[in-house]
Amino acid sequence: MSAMVQVTGLTRVFDVSKPWLNRLLERLPRSTLTAVNNVSFTINEGEVYGLVGESGSGKSTIGKMVVGLLPPTDGAITVEGVNLFNEADESTLDRVKSDIQMIFQDPYASLNPRWRVRHIIVEPLATRGINTEGVAEKMLEQVGLAASDADKFPHEFSGGQRQRICVARALASEPRLIVCDEPTSALDVSVQAQVLNLMNDLQAQYNLTYLLISHDLTVVRHMSDRIGVLYLGQLVEEAESEELFKNPRHPYTQMLLEAAPRIDGFGREVTPPEGEIPDPINPPSGCVFHPRCPKAGERCTKEAPEVRVVAQTRVQCHFA
Amino acid sequence: MTESVLSVRDLVVEIPTRRALLRAVDQVSFEISAGEILGVVGESGAGKSMMGNAIIGLLNRPARIVGGEIILKGRRVDNLPREDLRRLRGKDIGMVFQDPLTSLNPLITIGEQLTETILEHLPVSRGEALDRAVAALDDVGIPAAADRINSYPHQFSGGMRQRVVIALALCAEPSLLIADEPTTALDVSVQAQIIALLKSLCRSRGTAVMLITHDMGVIAEATDRVAVMYAGRMVEVDKVSRLLTTPQHPYTRGLVASTPVASAQRERLVQIPGNMPRLDQLPQGCAFHPRCQMAAERCRSAPVPTIAGCGGVAACWFAGQETV
Repeated sequence: MSAMVQVTGLTRVFDVSKPWLNRLLERLPRSTLTAVNNVSFTINEGEVYGLVGESGSGKSTIGKMVVGLLPPTDGAITVEGVNLFNEADESTLDRVKSDIQMIFQDPYASLNPRWRVRHIIVEPLATRGINTEGVAEKMLEQVGLAASDADKFPHEFSGGQRQRICVARALASEPRLIVCDEPTSALDVSVQAQVLNLMNDLQAQYNLTYLLISHDLTVVRHMSDRIGVLYLGQLVEEAESEELFKNPRHPYTQMLLEAAPRIDGFGREVTPPEGEIPDPINPPSGCVFHPRCPKAGERCTKEAPEVRVVAQTRVQCHFA
Repeated sequence: MTESVLSVRDLVVEIPTRRALLRAVDQVSFEISAGEILGVVGESGAGKSMMGNAIIGLLNRPARIVGGEIILKGRRVDNLPREDLRRLRGKDIGMVFQDPLTSLNPLITIGEQLTETILEHLPVSRGEALDRAVAALDDVGIPAAADRINSYPHQFSGGMRQRVVIALALCAEPSLLIADEPTTALDVSVQAQIIALLKSLCRSRGTAVMLITHDMGVIAEATDRVAVMYAGRMVEVDKVSRLLTTPQHPYTRGLVASTPVASAQRERLVQIPGNMPRLDQLPQGCAFHPRCQMAAERCRSAPVPTIAGCGGVAACWFAGQETV
């Protein structure tokens, strides 16, 4: 199996300083926010890789960097062996970029309301000057809509149908890697099931590689082969999906699994987790999870743990 | 069965539009007793929030109640004059909305917002109201409540803000709390905290809670009884353990089966074909029949039986029979 995506030491820092005049008058220093901090992972071809985390964990920032929408501050992303941000050869870069597509969270915001569905679906092809005759109809049928829907406008569709149009648009350019950023969080459960099943079918049919970003553990578990857990921009644990749910090794993963509401959880008395996600502008010293961690000791407050391999799991904790 | 705090009978809410008269809530009946949490679940457009707003008297024009009655602690409240209704809100019924930022006034300190509510509804002095405000914040688990009483909403995180909203809803000691998607905007770990808080506060004070949500996981974790809504009707009401293990209505069965569970990997999810019908295009007979695998002739023509009272009833001709 060859690596489709290789992410090494990926870091992204945002400047969140006040405007220069305020800084001058109030004598404030520059401040920065490290959204993604030294994250490394590999996605193999034909694999579904899930990234879970709560808000502010950096999952969407990673997604944007993998499709090339946002340059990293440090580290490298290679897709099909080509570094997206320092490849000199234009044509190689073009070829790789045409293999990457993205599906966004909100199907109400990601379709141009003034374009017909046909125009929306074939745009990625048309910009590259490829003949688009009949493509829209074929793609619509592929995602379970009717070919005649090509002449309609987005407002004529429900949320689930719109998300299908987004999937059709992503598939039109025959990509090999699709980054799905919370593809079903705006949808109702019964419609979510339709979209997830569709994504599964298409993945098998075209041997697609997915990077699936979600806050919903059950969705990630349902779809992914391997899962990475993010906390405050760091990849704290990564394992095969089966293993992660059976033997979560990082205390944060254990907390997340325990806290997630389960449909078979009636009558269960949970002790809710302590605290909230800290301010990413002033992250805690040492291990970023220590203020909320039940296991935290002296060492955790001072020394940041390294990523280690325990059994089949990569985990970033002193005690794992 | 203890005496019910809220009892709703045959509630009908209609929205007159230029083209048609839409029934957003159709013949809904249910009861909630003291200390009980009733979950109301359904997909978007099922009429869950519309029903919550009707009970608290916050329907936006042109939506209005055209039939049925709402009885709160033995007193009919759906036909009260505006002024009485205004006094009822906050005093007898507390409300928690989805987005904690928009339900707090950003220009007023939370202490001021709390004392204002307490003074409005309870016969206490200003100093006493302030003490009660601090105690209310303490109850919802805000650390150093006395120091934070003069903070503004923006100085709190999302989870803390929702705690303030809950304190605000409960500070006049209402007998009924309506929580409309209270955890949808929150992260998983914070959501667990808020659910645990709602559960313990309402159990200890005997507050009846109507918890409106679309998340089956939240329903399972938080509620005692569940009402399932579809296209404005209540299709099934049952104890949470029974509803989730042996659902009677095919729609409930679909909802339960289409929710991915953490214990099973990559099995194909059961999907309910199609979408919820629009209110102006409701099918004849049972509103669910175009999406239902069990639908027979009489589902297409005859009106479905409605649920009366509470406990173990589904609005379906095939309820109580074996699955096909």
